[in-house]
Amino acid sequence: MKVRELIEKMGLRLFSGELCLDKDISGGYVSDLLSDVMGNAAEGQVWITLQNHKNIMAVASLKELAAVILVKGQAPDTDTMAHSIEEQVPILGTDQEAFETAGMLYQLLNQ
Amino acid sequence: MEFRYEIEGGNFSRAGHASSAVKKILKQLNVDNRVIKRVVVALYEGEVNVVAHADKGSMLVDIDEQRIKIRIEDTGPGIPDIDLAMQAGFSTASAAVREMGFGAGMGLPNMKKNTDQMRVTSEVGKGTQVEMITWFSQ
Ligand SMILES: Nc1ncnc2c1ncn2[C@@H]1O[C@H](COP(=O)(O)OP(=O)(O)O)[C@@H](O)[C@H]1O
Ligand SMILES: [Mg+2]
Repeated sequence: MKVRELIEKMGLRLFSGELCLDKDISGGYVSDLLSDVMGNAAEGQVWITLQNHKNIMAVASLKELAAVILVKGQAPDTDTMAHSIEEQVPILGTDQEAFETAGMLYQLLNQ
Repeated sequence: MEFRYEIEGGNFSRAGHASSAVKKILKQLNVDNRVIKRVVVALYEGEVNVVAHADKGSMLVDIDEQRIKIRIEDTGPGIPDIDLAMQAGFSTASAAVREMGFGAGMGLPNMKKNTDQMRVTSEVGKGTQVEMITWFSQ
């Protein structure tokens, strides 16, 4: 599934990165610890997190993640959005919590 | 080939820039993607440790056909007990730094796991040196 389809199927907000929505999604990873994501997430995954500061984009880009989903209505700082565009990793958002978001993503990727 | 990047202590908004520059070089040199993926983890954690724990530092990268050698050195408080610092979960990071999702105490263990060789030396009150080597093929 592409990031574009995910946005549509999950009704996600798109904060930044509309030019890079054609990446294939390989899976998901849920964590608010940057070292955990750095050490354990895999290329092409969608990262579900509460963290909305600029450093998430450094991690997402170094790990070549497909997208970041901010949960619980979190919005990225302007700095974070600028970095998202530069690094070509889209930032998405939802009002739902990480549990529901991960559940939906899991179901969509496994049907 | 040798490259050198400066790292500013305390400046989280720049954290990752050196790692990202080295990653681009490794990609351009067509280094095996699996090697790049491991090295990137070590680079980033090493860079973040200078930002989070030291005053200032630099990342020195030496690449030849066989291997990449990374040396990250800083001036800062140093590490009083390196064995303890290497333990997963050990961290002296401040509450503010933890709130940002840093300070899980996984940095040094991640660096060790993702390089072929690692050596940490430190002098309390002076600074810390981390040297890591990874070979491109076994
Ligand atoms: N460059 C450094 N200068 C001073 N102390 C350091 C440095 N790198 C690591 N440390 C010490 O080692 C601990 C563990 O490091 P690490 O495993 O990277 O976890 P974290 O950075 O999440 O705390 C740090 O909390 C800190 O006390
Ligand atoms: Mg660390």
